Amino acid sequence: MPLSRSIEAIRADFPILAITVHGKPLVYLDNGATTQKPLQVIQTMDELYRTANANVHRGVHCLSDMVSERYEAARETVRAFINAPRREEVIFTANTTASINAVAFSFGERFVGEGDEIIISGMEHHANIVPWQMLCERKGSKLKVIPFSDEGVLDLEAYRNMISGRTRIVAVTHVSNVLGTVNPVKEIVAEAHRHGIPVLVDGAQGVQHGTVDVTDIGCDFYVFSGHKVYGPNGIGVLYGRTELLNEMPPYQGGGDMVANVTFEKTTYNELPFKFEAGTTNFTGAIGMAAALDYLTGLGREAVAEREQALLAQATAGLSTIDGMRIYGTAPHKVSVVSFLTGKIHQYDAGMILDKMGIAVRTGTHCAQPLMERYGISGNIRASIAFYNTEEEIEALVNGVRKATEMLG
Amino acid sequence: MTIDELQDQIIEEFAQFGDWMERYEYLIEMGRELPPFEETHRRPDFLIEGCQSRVWLYPSFNDGVITFEADSDALITRGIVALLVRVLSGRTPDEILGTDLWFIDRIGLKENLSPTRSNGLLAMIKQMRLYALAYKSKAEQS
Repeated sequence: MPLSRSIEAIRADFPILAITVHGKPLVYLDNGATTQKPLQVIQTMDELYRTANANVHRGVHCLSDMVSERYEAARETVRAFINAPRREEVIFTANTTASINAVAFSFGERFVGEGDEIIISGMEHHANIVPWQMLCERKGSKLKVIPFSDEGVLDLEAYRNMISGRTRIVAVTHVSNVLGTVNPVKEIVAEAHRHGIPVLVDGAQGVQHGTVDVTDIGCDFYVFSGHKVYGPNGIGVLYGRTELLNEMPPYQGGGDMVANVTFEKTTYNELPFKFEAGTTNFTGAIGMAAALDYLTGLGREAVAEREQALLAQATAGLSTIDGMRIYGTAPHKVSVVSFLTGKIHQYDAGMILDKMGIAVRTGTHCAQPLMERYGISGNIRASIAFYNTEEEIEALVNGVRKATEMLG
Repeated sequence: MTIDELQDQIIEEFAQFGDWMERYEYLIEMGRELPPFEETHRRPDFLIEGCQSRVWLYPSFNDGVITFEADSDALITRGIVALLVRVLSGRTPDEILGTDLWFIDRIGLKENLSPTRSNGLLAMIKQMRLYALAYKSKAEQS
């Protein structure tokens, strides 16, 4: 299935892709850290501030109504994008990290106690480790970690054996931000549900590569960030099943999340507002919805197909370099390649690539336990988006080859 | 040669390079030429942990001057470490404390000293100054 538009037209939608850095055309391959924004998003937000800015859910005046309606329409766009059953199950947060912290705090308050267990995996981003560790410290509960193979595949047998009568929640990443592995989240959820245990799926690296269907996955929570899906930063999503969200206490108090406030007692508003205290990032939400519409317009399957083709090119090209080691060779992975060559240090390579105009990420990628698993201090990560070109992948391969020669 | 004369000399050395790759090649070469770091000094006390690269710094104080031995796990960082050692090692605490290190900026390596870069270099310079301060007060007390 081809993209609905030519690659030239698509690239023209992203003004930043045309800039030069250090006098060289920008080759942006750090999409796993953040994605660039199409004009459709930039213009939506610009137009919003020019013509429809007012606080949501507050006023009786025309502007407030207009923006409130668009904010709720954005919620519907998100719902449809991840195929959530109900609109009120989509809660706007600041980002993935905020969403996970919200669940760890709120779910943890209600359902986790001393001696209970929480299962995560060994390939989590710090954002899906630390909030659970903090919960464990508060409650005296225990963190269990699913191991994975050298290829970057989770050990499901170990996972099954890890589940116990004390397990209260499983929190796993949909896609590893370092290895690119697409985890079998549907299977993981099914196994947990057999024991009545809810599952949170970290979709920060999963939602932007093709289609995501939370109803099909069956997860209880799915979280992601707007800025990693071609939307603005400062906006994130927490999808949660109504039954659980209703049981969970609010984690922040303030305006809009309340039904009735007296100094004696406050009753809380309904979903989703119970979890959206204070003025939300409504411009961000509306901007993110524009990004999701943009991806839908391109064809999400086509986006995934193009990224897979670029991934194959990058993997094959990089593999021709002497001493190349690729971290993450799972059969099912997204367009992320993490690697090291010979004895070179990732920081040196990143600095040299930068001067060639090539933006990659170097270091531990906020996944220190994963680096420890491989016995390395970090690596180089090229994360590819549909707007990247075959020429850019070639530039990466040539750049890495040159850096390897300089440093070897 | 004073610290400032040495800074000027380094700026001149870098002025001959046409592009970034040449500058980096020179830094890599200097990194390689840095005397090997004594393995017994490779201890947590002398490690400056950065997120991107790590730096080791070992000071000693003899006859009123401080000698720095240093290392990094990344070659370009080691090259910059070598420059800092060349400028600040073998100096008195007062010389080190009275120095404004402007050469890094002038040779285009300023971003390497940004607090957000976290490669250990900014912390290394701070640590060199702290050692100078400590040796100075120790010398004044004795």
